[in-house]
Amino acid sequence: MAELYQTQRAMRNMRRAALQRGVIGILDIGTSKIACLVLRFDGTGTFRETDGVGPMAGQVNFRVIGAASTRSRGMRRGEIETMAETERAIRTVVAAAQKVAGVRVDHVIACLSGGRPASYGLAGEITLASGKVGDHDVASVLAACEQPDFGRGREVLHAQPVNFAVDNRSSLADPRDHLGNKLFCDMHVLTVDGDVIGNLVQCIRRCDLELAGIASAPYASARAALVEDEQELGAACIDFGGGGTGVSVFIKKHMIFSDHVPIGGNLITQDIGQGLRVGLPVAERLKTLNGGVEATGRDDRDMIDVGAETGDWDADRRQVSRADVIGVMRPRVEEILENVRGVLDAAGFDSMPSQQIVLTGGGSQIPGLDGLAARILGPNIRCGRPLRIDGLAHQLTDPSFSSAVGLALFAAHPQDEWWDFEMPADSYPGRSLRRAYRWFKNNW
Amino acid sequence: MPVVIDHRPGKQITPPPARQRRDPAPSRLKYRLERMWLTPLYRRVLRVGLPAFVIALIAGLWLSDEDRRAALKDNVAQVVTKVQSRDEFQVRLMTIEGASPVVDRALRAMLPVDLPASSFDIDLPALRLQVMQLDAVEAIDLRIKPGGILSAVVTEREPAILWRHARGIDMLDRGGHRVASVTSREVRPELPLISGEGADLATGEALALFDAAGPILPRVRGLVRRGERRWDLVLDHDQRILLPETGATIALEAAIALDRAEDMLGRDISVVDLRDPSRPVLRLGIDARNTIRQARSLPLLGPDGRVLPEETKG
Repeated sequence: MAELYQTQRAMRNMRRAALQRGVIGILDIGTSKIACLVLRFDGTGTFRETDGVGPMAGQVNFRVIGAASTRSRGMRRGEIETMAETERAIRTVVAAAQKVAGVRVDHVIACLSGGRPASYGLAGEITLASGKVGDHDVASVLAACEQPDFGRGREVLHAQPVNFAVDNRSSLADPRDHLGNKLFCDMHVLTVDGDVIGNLVQCIRRCDLELAGIASAPYASARAALVEDEQELGAACIDFGGGGTGVSVFIKKHMIFSDHVPIGGNLITQDIGQGLRVGLPVAERLKTLNGGVEATGRDDRDMIDVGAETGDWDADRRQVSRADVIGVMRPRVEEILENVRGVLDAAGFDSMPSQQIVLTGGGSQIPGLDGLAARILGPNIRCGRPLRIDGLAHQLTDPSFSSAVGLALFAAHPQDEWWDFEMPADSYPGRSLRRAYRWFKNNW
Repeated sequence: MPVVIDHRPGKQITPPPARQRRDPAPSRLKYRLERMWLTPLYRRVLRVGLPAFVIALIAGLWLSDEDRRAALKDNVAQVVTKVQSRDEFQVRLMTIEGASPVVDRALRAMLPVDLPASSFDIDLPALRLQVMQLDAVEAIDLRIKPGGILSAVVTEREPAILWRHARGIDMLDRGGHRVASVTSREVRPELPLISGEGADLATGEALALFDAAGPILPRVRGLVRRGERRWDLVLDHDQRILLPETGATIALEAAIALDRAEDMLGRDISVVDLRDPSRPVLRLGIDARNTIRQARSLPLLGPDGRVLPEETKG
């Protein structure tokens, strides 16, 4: 745990250094596309009035100076499968974004959608010696959270203090200087597979980039797609990606749960390819241009040419109706939504005060998805687009870029994590003695 | 598809090979080079520093040879003289306007330019300074006109006053600057005469006094500067009007008003002393004083102002 604490702290320092230099890159590595935004932080905080971009949510102190996206390569289900291919895709997108921005990007913040995320709610309590909560008390209550066995090779991606309580006063955002005898805290910890993070770090390092932060993709897209009230009152954000569907639940502006359903848009494409006997590019085109989930009578007469290059006239002139496409897509979308329903049930979403559900990600652009989701997930459904940020081109504002935009917000204003507090000194006495010994040995 | 298909061996149309799709990803080297190119320092060095260095290096290597340097210098000098000696830059004529014949001759002797000469060789400011040393010239406008003409427009000083001093008589202009010397007063009888040390420094005041002297001007012989601070107006018959240091013109006008009213200057008065304007003092002539003395039966005075001995009179 201390090792991870150090690496996360190092990443925070890297992020601070990047902000000092003013340029930071955002790398959203998804299964179907990779997006890169180059942000310039001018630090003035002066609000530039531009069309549709308000001074909300603290996105005023940066602007996007370069953006690019490309087809993802070597990725499967949100995880890196072929390192060299993914590295090439990252190089492509970073080179394109750098070219647009005209500056060199050295530090990137990346997000990770796969890696079998698991979220834990931890609780800790300490007795306040001084009768008053100080900075070190916050750190030590965070360190005092009892950790369950995360499993072998699991790494903590997020460890956010969600709630503090002093004696019987609960739901404090900032307990410092409160008077009391006992300090309690609730912490949300998201763990992912360590090897997946290792692969990502390795890939980014091979592109001569420094990793200045890493976030979970459902968390990032929720920060972009949920409006402030939804984050405060409670909402679930469902991010339909290519390789999987991410679910994150927010309340009181903190993520309290996150999970990942490993069924995504690529599987729908595969279904269409198999069901209609067409190639994957044709299936992808059918899905994006003619896809849907609600068949109407008109869709039976709506014939779509499925072109092919076999040389056989019959095969090349084959047509499918739109109803066929919908008939293939709908069961798979229903399956995704039912899995999401299961995840939300497991998270206890029914007992949340607000049942708002926001659909985002590239898959949320399927026509009629909100109607189907309302039938399966609950009545309060909306399709969320990411927050408008300054300088982002219009073609990059559709829902599939919400995790990139959310990462930009994360880069500008990261929420407090456990490693933002100083670790209490007594938790690593042996190590520090050893380090002091080594220091003396090296320097004297 | 052609209409007739040729089935002979070697004549079949082979379909074009399937286009190899190029990998859109930049290679590692290209990626690194692009990033290096986007680094500001590299960019500046490569775009400015390197070309400048190469140019400086080539120039330095070429110039390091003594012969080449000399050849380059010669070439440059040749080109310069070639351009300067072109017909368009030749000055063939000098015109002088506004100068009297004397000054004209002096100027022609003075401007040491043997025409025709290139206009690059004529140093107009130096010539102008040289000409300005002539007292008779107040201003000169020297320029080279198109067509190869060196034109000098001269403004001469106008003599306004004569100044008699220990070394002779000078003509001065209104500002007191010397114009020329004259041999005698009769050469310029129309100019008023001043004398005395430092009189040339107050010519303006002198001219104002001559203007104010209107009615008695035919009798005025001149002004004498006294102690470099005030004027004496000298009339004929040895009469003088001593003027104060300040307000001399007003004092003179007062004296003229007295003269008009009382015919003061027509009487036997040798000196009208106006140095204290509130208390004018008259000094009578010998005859007048003798007449008064005679009437008072006092001993008469001689021409030197002394009392004559009684016996000489008797």
